[in-house]
Amino acid sequence: MSLTTTTSNTAAPLTNSLTAGKLPRHTSLAVLLASWLVTGAFFFVVMLSGAAEGFNIVGTLFFGTVVYCVAIYLLSYFVEGVRKAKDRLVTALVTVAFAVALLPLFSLVITTLVNGLPAFLTPSFFTQSQRNVVGEGGGALHAVIGTLLITGVATLISVPIGLLAAIYLTEYGRGRLARAITFFVDVMTGIPSIVAGLFAFALFSLLFDDPGIRFGFGGAIALTVLMIPVVVRSSEEMLKLVPNELREAAYALGVPKWLTIVKVVLPTSLAGIVTGIMISISRVIGETAPLLIISGFTASMNYDLFNERMMTLPVFVYTQYANQGADTQSYLDRAWAGALTLILIVMLLNLGARVIAKIFSPKLGR
Amino acid sequence: MTTAVERPSLKAKERPGDRIFATSTIVAGSLILAILAAVAAFLLVQSLPAFLADPEEFKGDTTNFWSYVWPLAFGTLWAAFLALIMAVPVAIGIALFISHYAPRKLAQGLGYLIDLLAAVPSVVFGLWGIGVLAPLVQPFYTNLVEWFGWIPLFAGPVSGTGRTTLTVAIVLAVMVLPIITALSREIFLQTPVLYEEASLALGATRWEMIAMAVLPFGRAGIISASMLGLGRALGETMAVAMVLSPSRDVIFQLLTSQNPTTIAANIALNFPEAHGVGVNILLATGLILFVITLVVNMIARVIINRRKAFSGAN
Repeated sequence: MSLTTTTSNTAAPLTNSLTAGKLPRHTSLAVLLASWLVTGAFFFVVMLSGAAEGFNIVGTLFFGTVVYCVAIYLLSYFVEGVRKAKDRLVTALVTVAFAVALLPLFSLVITTLVNGLPAFLTPSFFTQSQRNVVGEGGGALHAVIGTLLITGVATLISVPIGLLAAIYLTEYGRGRLARAITFFVDVMTGIPSIVAGLFAFALFSLLFDDPGIRFGFGGAIALTVLMIPVVVRSSEEMLKLVPNELREAAYALGVPKWLTIVKVVLPTSLAGIVTGIMISISRVIGETAPLLIISGFTASMNYDLFNERMMTLPVFVYTQYANQGADTQSYLDRAWAGALTLILIVMLLNLGARVIAKIFSPKLGR
Repeated sequence: MTTAVERPSLKAKERPGDRIFATSTIVAGSLILAILAAVAAFLLVQSLPAFLADPEEFKGDTTNFWSYVWPLAFGTLWAAFLALIMAVPVAIGIALFISHYAPRKLAQGLGYLIDLLAAVPSVVFGLWGIGVLAPLVQPFYTNLVEWFGWIPLFAGPVSGTGRTTLTVAIVLAVMVLPIITALSREIFLQTPVLYEEASLALGATRWEMIAMAVLPFGRAGIISASMLGLGRALGETMAVAMVLSPSRDVIFQLLTSQNPTTIAANIALNFPEAHGVGVNILLATGLILFVITLVVNMIARVIINRRKAFSGAN
């Protein structure tokens, strides 16, 4: 280390053959800022000339980045050669791809916050339903209750099935059946949500011989179809992480296999399983299409899963948007407030899952 | 000590608890297969009346089920295809950025940020698409038609609202982006480090290393990730239903106010008011959608599984 520093110190006036033909370290950053400045200046002149009103910041960033890609390629091409130039160009493109993906995320979160907060903060939003509300006022209590009930029942059904299936796959499953289950669980994760809703409708309208059937429990069944594969996949991954030594130690002590699973394997992987369940809840809690079909929509409170239509938050957002009354703005406000509530729930579930995974995951001593 | 040692039986004692537990896990596993079969069976049973329905039951000038479903199937495939064209290159770029370019410490957090995009409910994407994206891109569409109207894809007259196939494709692209990214990222990370180090040691630049070692290794993974994204784009309902101003024509123009709608969006828009055979017709289109996505997903999974068997990564 000291050797290199001394040589570079003494050889400073000479050209170093190892660093010759190389751009200085922070060239790319400087070029990026320069190209933004140049395009910014261009748009500033355009604004002063009166051709456009206001400063075009989007255009500045967009064309500035394009200019940067061209500039860094040419600069590197003439100083470092074509191979290095290509490398720099790809680095720029890949970074741009990432930034482009973040744009919709930020835009979506910000617009939801800005548009949703006014109605979200009115006290009636979480204390009243939409019954007999025309125009302003009212709330989404009926939708929140419906979402909690339907998602809760879906979780209650799909967690035992999913968990047992995952245990089968990791602890018991061999041969054809296990392979078939693994394969079709993967395929099931790709079922469109609306097909799950249609399935629940087809099932219950045949069962109860009611061609216009709408009730909350059907929605729970539809969500179950969507939720089971996610629970199976995540639990299976977690169970696989439990070291075999633990199982073998239990067997050596004469513990039966099922007790080994219940008392050793499951507690060890509990944090991961809970994380997976929370993430799977966050996946289905925002599902609109299946609930629109089998649970329908209503403006009133309904606590009974087996009777009458039941409103849920995603469907609330959709209907507020789709069936705007005369006072358009208050309907839109409520739609955005519902969207904000949904995003908050989903983000909290995701964050909570990460926190649980971080804190409670077993330390595997590596 | 003893002379007559009894030969120990090698089979463990069958306890009732063991048997009950093992059976219940098998039942739960088989139940999943049964549910999938039930989805197909009940949809099929309820669709039968639609296949045999009278010509009068269909709206417009369609006379049988197949002429009813064809424009919808076309719209579904067309929108999903466009979304995929936009999403795949960007997703590969993001996956490479997270796996090979971003600083190690940041990489996981950045990956989480992209995953958040997958957690946003589709109805919120719909609101965003119609409230923010459509008005934002409409002026660009006007320019596109003005300058490039001679290309059939961009032929006018331009839609005044921006609620066109192209806008829908953009929203769909954003929605499938995290799926494709997550899978490709995982595959890229599985590239044997020795390959990467060997090519770097031979003097390759980072891009040459990626082009020679990472991408060939991950090709099958990219293909199957794209197909999973395709499956999601095909079945996406609410975003399309809310953003698109629908019609039932087979047209390729991206920017006019006449846009082929998709199967899923058509169901969501018409189901609440449907009655009689109309319900069965919608269920039958749902069956078609189910079959399409099932095939796409199965092909994707077969490719993934075949690759898994060959790679030394596990």
